[in-house]
Amino acid sequence: MTDYRTPAAKVRGLGASGHASKHWIAHRVTAIALFFLAPVFVWMLAMSGAPDPAATRAFIASPAGAIVTLLTLTAGLAHMRSGMLEVIEDYIHKPFTKTVLVLANSFLAIGLWLVTAFALLKLAL
Amino acid sequence: MASDWSDPRPMSPHLQVWRWHATMASSILHRATGIANYFGAVAISVWLILLAFGAEGSVAFLFEGGMAWVTRFALIGLTYSVSYHWLNGLRHLMWDFGKGYDPKGSNLRSVLIIIGAVIPTVALWLNLGV
Repeated sequence: MTDYRTPAAKVRGLGASGHASKHWIAHRVTAIALFFLAPVFVWMLAMSGAPDPAATRAFIASPAGAIVTLLTLTAGLAHMRSGMLEVIEDYIHKPFTKTVLVLANSFLAIGLWLVTAFALLKLAL
Repeated sequence: MASDWSDPRPMSPHLQVWRWHATMASSILHRATGIANYFGAVAISVWLILLAFGAEGSVAFLFEGGMAWVTRFALIGLTYSVSYHWLNGLRHLMWDFGKGYDPKGSNLRSVLIIIGAVIPTVALWLNLGV
């Protein structure tokens, strides 16, 4: 019998997380962002005088420091969330444990993103 | 977990029966450094949060006396970890374009990346005067 379903329809919703290729693509998109952002951020932070509190506050308060930090934080937390998701799905197969860890990973990444973004804006504005 | 495994068919060869080789080491290192970077990013984020709320005094001990060296050592390790993950991540992106699958070249690039990640690490910390 002829199969009328397209290749995309056959894989939609598959994969360990049920999200098929979405996770794969998102991980690459954030990786490409970090390819540009990570070296700039690491260098700028290292040269800012950190961990001296006053120097670090001044770095975050500068427009370039605030923007680069916020961009790197956003791409970085998204990338590490999807990366850790992949690790969890690879090694943890008990449904309950897996669900707990997937949730903990999401809550940590999203929660930390929100609170750190708030903290950055507080320092920058 | 492996203990749940009930399939009687032979499993594909795993860690304990493989002879270590460069591409295997670099693949495992990519995961390991990814996980290390995860906790490094959490630490830096928490520290920025503490700074914003004027509570950095609670972690001041990390930068004092003998602990300063432990922290510095951890940060140098994190710099290598980020450098390695960045270089090997670039390689992953090349693989996504279907490039760099030849066994000989792959082995060579694994060695080059594992050693090469030392360069940005040393450059950054020499600049910081360590």
